[in-house]
Amino acid sequence: MLNGIPLYWYLIVAAAMFCIGLYGALARTNAIAVLMGVELMLNAVNINLLAFWRYLTPESPAGLAFAAFVFIVAAAEAAVGLALIISVYRNMNSIDPEKLDLMKL
Amino acid sequence: MSVEFFLFLLVAAVAVVAALGLLLSRNAIYAAMFLILNMASVAVIYLLLNAPFIAAVQVAVYAGAIMVLFVFVIMLLGAEKLNPADTKLALKWQRPLSIVLGMALFLLLGAVILTRLGGAVAAKMIDTSPLAIGKALFTTYLLPFEVVSVLLLAAVVGAVVLTKKS
Repeated sequence: MLNGIPLYWYLIVAAAMFCIGLYGALARTNAIAVLMGVELMLNAVNINLLAFWRYLTPESPAGLAFAAFVFIVAAAEAAVGLALIISVYRNMNSIDPEKLDLMKL
Repeated sequence: MSVEFFLFLLVAAVAVVAALGLLLSRNAIYAAMFLILNMASVAVIYLLLNAPFIAAVQVAVYAGAIMVLFVFVIMLLGAEKLNPADTKLALKWQRPLSIVLGMALFLLLGAVILTRLGGAVAAKMIDTSPLAIGKALFTTYLLPFEVVSVLLLAAVVGAVVLTKKS
């Protein structure tokens, strides 16, 4: 209990956000929306990371440092993912993941 | 029931509703705006967790830089329509299966969280100022910091190569 908020509340909010992001990444028909679902999942993971840091090991800076690393990796992922989407749009004139089946046997 | 608890409930509700709005909106720009709302409320959750630096980075990097990139690409490609009429899922059962799997994962996570969570250990908290985090990054976590700088360089070069006209 910290500020009267038990740890599991944070974990449940993060779990809900992760599952919504998972559905977005699995079922959308727009590659940009799929990437937004992945960003939502990364955010949920970061909430978990900071909640566990604050409640279980607040004496070490590891949680804060790794939360910062997650931000950097998310920025790199967004940059490369959006570049891929632009490149796909140039070649196929569509960003519907259903239509990207060039590697299908 | 403290003030923080009510603030947390409010912010958590806004975050989850914004995430649902991201799923339900028909227009990609609206979806991006919902994602920005979600990120802003997650920043308040970070503040409640005594991590002000991470909250500031969340607003500046996520809600600022990354989402500007998203909105820019959506407008550049004219990809506002999320569910065009001519799109048919190749696998008919893909969408219901995603809903079932998402709900199952949430129920499983909730059950594990509520049954298996041990008592929290109250320990003294470190200094969470940007100065202390910077010192930790440049001493204890110097190697991951350098590796992540190479990763960012690779991402920049990769993005330029991928978007260049051949």
